[in-house]
Formats: sequence, C-alpha cells, structure tokens
Amino acid sequence: MDVLLGIGGSDDSLRALDRAVDRARVAGDSLAVAVLDNPDSDRSREAVAERARTALADAGLGGDVRTLDGHPGSALVDLAEAEGFDRIVLGGGETSPLGKVQLGSIAEFVLLNATVSVTLIR
Amino acid sequence: MSRVYPDEVAGPYDAPPRSFTDREDRGIEIRRYDGGFEALAAMYDDFDPEDRAQGIPPADGERIREWLETITADGGVNILAWHSERVVGHATLVPDTDDGPTAYELAIFVLHDYQQAGIGGELIRGLLGAGRAAGVEHVWLTVERWNQPAVSLYETVGFEPSDTGSFELEMSARLR
Repeated sequence: MDVLLGIGGSDDSLRALDRAVDRARVAGDSLAVAVLDNPDSDRSREAVAERARTALADAGLGGDVRTLDGHPGSALVDLAEAEGFDRIVLGGGETSPLGKVQLGSIAEFVLLNATVSVTLIR
Repeated sequence: MSRVYPDEVAGPYDAPPRSFTDREDRGIEIRRYDGGFEALAAMYDDFDPEDRAQGIPPADGERIREWLETITADGGVNILAWHSERVVGHATLVPDTDDGPTAYELAIFVLHDYQQAGIGGELIRGLLGAGRAAGVEHVWLTVERWNQPAVSLYETVGFEPSDTGSFELEMSARLR
C-alpha cells in the first residue's frame, strides 16, 4: 500500500511519524512523508523534515520527504489524489488538561475533504 | 495561541454548599468534593456511554479511576451533586498549564436520569462560585456543537464563544 503521512511538527504529528514508520516496516508499505505548514507548531519545517528523513533512514525505508507550501490540509489532500496514494495518515490530536480528545485543524480539514481513506493515529 | 476571554465577569456566583428541589421533585445537594473517591467513581460506573463527549469519561472502571485521580489532584476544583447518598453530577475545573497559571478547563457531567432537571445549572454556578473563591480567573471549555442544551447553559452563566473554527465549539469566561 502507498501511504502518505502528513506532519506539521505538533507533538501528536511526531508521535504519528514514529508509529507510521513502525507500521510501514511491519506491513511492507511504501511510506512518503509530507511536511506541512502548521501555524500552531513551534518547530521549523526544515527541522521536522530532517527528523522524518532520519526516522525513515533508521528504519531502512527509502520513502520521499517533501515540504508542502500553502494551506496544509488542502495541500496534503491534493498530493494524495494527484499521485494516487491509497491512504493518508495523520496525528490524531492532542489531549486537553481534562483528557478530552482535541482534533487539530489539519486533521479536521483532511477528514472532511479527502477521497482516500484517512487514518488518525492516537 | 492565546485564548480570548470576555471582559465581563460571569456571575459572580456563590460557592457551595446549597440545596434545592429539582424539576423532578428530588432533593439535591451541591457540595464540594471531600475526597470520597469511590462515591464519585460509582457515578461514572453508572454513566451512560451515549453521554460521553470527546473521549471522556473513559469507558471502563480502571481507566475511569485513573482519569479521576488526575482531575481530582491538588490544584483543581471539584463540585458534586448528591441525591440522598448517591453522586448524580460532577463539575470540575482542571488547571491548564499550557495557558498560564490561572486558566482552567471546565467540564460537567450529570447522570442520564438526572439530566434536564436543573441540576447542571446549579452545579456549574456552584463550580464557578467555588472557582472564584479559590482565585480562578480564566475558565474555558469545549462543547460539541450539536449539544444545544449545553451551549445554552454555558451562555446563560456567562461563557462566550472563543474559537468557532473547529469541530468543537470553544467557549471562555472570566471569573474575577
């Protein structure tokens, strides 16, 4: 399966990176990573891309790491459709102080707009 | 991102205890949580899964207790509604360390058979009164947009929408 992981640098997106890499290795999936412009993230896109390249290389996976400009959700959905990915994978949100699940704005957009399957990693 | 709070103070409301008769003629007492952990946990054992919101309360007994340990820890404010010897409602303020030392996240839970009887309104007023007495200044919450009874209650007691751009509506209030 061709999987596209979208990460913007939030904590949940970095957890999603680790889990998606593990899963791709076990399942034999091809994993590409798109680094998104998440205005809520403190991490630079270059630092996030470097982390993704390292994670893929450490796992022996040869997937692409790309940086996408513009509106993060729509850029990810466009890429998935234009290049025929089977699935989009994203971080599944943060937890509030009270323990409530809070979905990020990118995940909300992708869930409502993607025509391919979407996996949220909790 | 910093959250926006209303300029006006909500209330102010009195801190508990208080007693009242609900719309089903039941005598209800609103009191501060006094450490009676199992009475509180028993309410969540009886909680209707349909009334869960955004993953809380957790579904099983052990995870309910872990979650309650966290939200009843020092630094928060917890208020219970009692019907006779049974806890039927719980309202809580949990400190939000990401948003400065004085912001608290609010949530309120009422057992299904005790909903729509006026208990939620008394609980939240008691909680806001206790929070104000404890020095709490800023309170926020998220609520599912379709939950109009809850949104109306929050508006009635002084909450205003602070983030309307996502699945859940975020609302905030100022207590002092």
